[in-house]
Amino acid sequence: MLTYTIRRLLLAIPTLIAISLIIFLLLDLAPSDPTANLPLTIPPDVREKIRQSLGLGDPIYIRYLLWCKQFFVNEPLNMLEQWFGWDIGGDRLRVLSWQTRSPVVDLIVQRMPQTLWVVGMSYVVGVLIALPIGIISAYRQYSWFDQVGTFVSMVGFSVPTFFTGVLVIVIFSVWLGWFPSIYDTTHQVTDWQSFLFQIKQMIMPVAVLALFNAAQISRFMRASMLDNLNQDYVRTARAKGMRERTVVLVHVLRNSLIPVVTVIALGVPQIFGGAIITEQVFKVNGLGQLLIISIQGGDLPTVQTLTFIFAVLIILFNLVADVLYGVLDPRIRYD
Amino acid sequence: MLGALAAVAIAPPALAERGSDGHVNIIYWQAPSTMNPYLSGGTKELEAASLVLEPLARYDQDGNMVPWLAESVPTVDNGGVSADLKTITWKLKEGLVWSDGSAVTSADVIFSWKYCTDPEGGCAQSEKYNDVADVKAVDDRTVTVTFGVAKPFPYGPFVGAQAPIIQAAQFADCLGAKAPECTDANFGPIGTGPFKVTEFRPNDVISFEANSNYRDPAKPAFATVTFKGGGDTAAAGRAVLETGEFDYAWNMQLAPDVLAAMASKGKGQVVSAFGTLVERIMINLTNPDPALGDERATAKHPHPFLSDPAVRQALSMAVDRELLVEIGYGDAGRPTCNVLPAPEIYKSTANDGCMAQDVEGAKKLLDDAGWVPGADGVRQKEGVRLSMLYQTSTNAVRQDFQALIKQWWADIGIETELRNIDASVFFGGDPGSPDTFQKFYADIEMYANNFDGTDPESYMANWECKQAPTPETQWQGNNMPRYCSEDYDALVAQMAQTGKLEERAKLAKAMNDKLMQEYIIVPLVDRGRVSAHSNTLGGVVLNVWDSELWNIADWNRMK
Repeated sequence: MLTYTIRRLLLAIPTLIAISLIIFLLLDLAPSDPTANLPLTIPPDVREKIRQSLGLGDPIYIRYLLWCKQFFVNEPLNMLEQWFGWDIGGDRLRVLSWQTRSPVVDLIVQRMPQTLWVVGMSYVVGVLIALPIGIISAYRQYSWFDQVGTFVSMVGFSVPTFFTGVLVIVIFSVWLGWFPSIYDTTHQVTDWQSFLFQIKQMIMPVAVLALFNAAQISRFMRASMLDNLNQDYVRTARAKGMRERTVVLVHVLRNSLIPVVTVIALGVPQIFGGAIITEQVFKVNGLGQLLIISIQGGDLPTVQTLTFIFAVLIILFNLVADVLYGVLDPRIRYD
Repeated sequence: MLGALAAVAIAPPALAERGSDGHVNIIYWQAPSTMNPYLSGGTKELEAASLVLEPLARYDQDGNMVPWLAESVPTVDNGGVSADLKTITWKLKEGLVWSDGSAVTSADVIFSWKYCTDPEGGCAQSEKYNDVADVKAVDDRTVTVTFGVAKPFPYGPFVGAQAPIIQAAQFADCLGAKAPECTDANFGPIGTGPFKVTEFRPNDVISFEANSNYRDPAKPAFATVTFKGGGDTAAAGRAVLETGEFDYAWNMQLAPDVLAAMASKGKGQVVSAFGTLVERIMINLTNPDPALGDERATAKHPHPFLSDPAVRQALSMAVDRELLVEIGYGDAGRPTCNVLPAPEIYKSTANDGCMAQDVEGAKKLLDDAGWVPGADGVRQKEGVRLSMLYQTSTNAVRQDFQALIKQWWADIGIETELRNIDASVFFGGDPGSPDTFQKFYADIEMYANNFDGTDPESYMANWECKQAPTPETQWQGNNMPRYCSEDYDALVAQMAQTGKLEERAKLAKAMNDKLMQEYIIVPLVDRGRVSAHSNTLGGVVLNVWDSELWNIADWNRMK
């Protein structure tokens, strides 16, 4: 297993370099102009000077190599300096965002907490809801519970979050006035009161996203349970006189979870990608909002860095899912 | 006169105590990316920065200039501007300090000019410093700006939210190519304004606290400000007008009925103010026929029927401007008959007849000019049919306008074909594209434009003969109708030599009237700025000539 993991990690390096080049080319060839959003009153020659000062005058391969140097050499060195208090020295230019003119990595670090709190929490909540629903739906297939579960899943699947988000804002913020409609990213949890406020402002975005996540995962769980419930080993277990509870929750559930765990692991990178629409609707201003604002503003270094980090996470969690599969299912061996 | 007005505007009511009104929440649905207005031309950044950074003089809600960091506004009359209009001398107020306690000196003013004009800095506001040859310190509080040419309107540098004074000590190592690397300075500039930055989260939220060194000891009334950014217009409006979470929301570009429904909740109110933004129809005086090849839409070929003033006048008379405003903009618009609708002293009243729609009059005018309806109802003369292509950018309101106007023109016997082009292409100015508003490969086009600040000199010069976009100028230029009149050019030249405000106003009005009365441009709607504030927030004076937050020092909580 270890050699397999190492082999996969080594293979990931050329893949990631290819991905970074493709992202860079895609962004660069797409028509986007960082000065396009400026007011009409700013004359064309000033716009040209702004573009030059952003380095857009250099040829494409120089800009790509510069980004590679900044991202793969300068940023890690900078991180080492910060973490261990070393002084490596040298004048290193970091990856700078065009919109804010500040280091992209600092922006990402700043955005990470609210994204992990809101989107991450919604994933956890979604999983916690989905598993029992999937289990009961499968065990009592075609019962009213299964029907309702199927209906809710279909709603969660098919109704987009920009609709459910605005709907819950109108109901719970405007009509009832229970929760704030705008997320306060500067809020610090210091005592019980502030913790309650944090819960209040997280409820709506977490609920909207959790519904979406739960819909997906509960269907997987249900299908996987159904596959296993008809297996011979289940009949054997029952024939041995085991309690129904043990049969379902120990024998069937453990085997059914194997593919579901993989699906859950593969979904983790999405948390870091943020939920672009939900973050916009609730003004959470996390990584998803950073990405969309950067795309709108033609801020190529930020888009490039963010999408590349997402690519790294996706490759990493693919590997995690494969390894987990091997750990959970003794029938699967990679070496 | 300006001085007297300024004294009234600045006079402190001295009722409240600094910071006594607690906290105020502001929401901008576009989030500011930086606090340095020189590194971003965006309105959101200018306005966020205006809480901290201030210019020598700025504009009030009526477009009058008021001294801000300067003692008074220099003019030729008070000797501050030289007789040859080449130098202007500003004097800073006495005892001004930065929020860190150090004194504001002429060195800071000179530095601000150097910072923005560094060729490698990519300063977005460098146009404000056009023609500045030198800025010299006379003493610690006095600077003289010297222009390379005579400047009848010398109030570009250091005036308005676009060109504030930054602290030389803080930005000393940030000149030119180094500018973007000074993240701390760009995110937390030290200023003279009523607030200072405590935390800046780019593209998200800014926290401010009252500047303890602010020059008026009684202000600002608020101790802290949260400036949240992001989301969408409707959400921002909802947060102020429906849930009351926020006190002030900027730029409420919403459909009139949506905004009215929100305002009816009674938590806040919608305020609007009008500047110079005019939605207008441009008439092509040249022939855009593709058969003409390279000479298409150039002055070599006059338009077959739009060169007839009677047709142009009929187009304007057939339009019901009141209805357009009602459908498209509500409180955020008002009908206008001028392409130069403001400030007040420049506003002509000579063309107000256009307010009333006059379909019968338009028909008669065309009849008299010899354009008679053919078998299909479209008027024609000597084989020329009144059939036009009408283009604009893709935008729901503009497409509504197109459909309405097409109908009105059909009523007077003019056939119209509609076309809309994506805004980034239409306004993109790419000389390789046939669809830009400069190339104007159509008979009629519609868009909105305005000018920065209050001085219309360069705006009115847009319709000079030489400003016409042509293949020789790579289709650059602002004279979309390709209007060419010696009289008009003479007025433009005269304005460039005239320093007295009243004289300048007369000239600007004359130019506006000429364009209107020859029906070169058909103005439709004067589009205003709309914002919303909570009923408990006092002191808001909406200002379209400067930052909307220009008087935040005077804001207070109404009890």
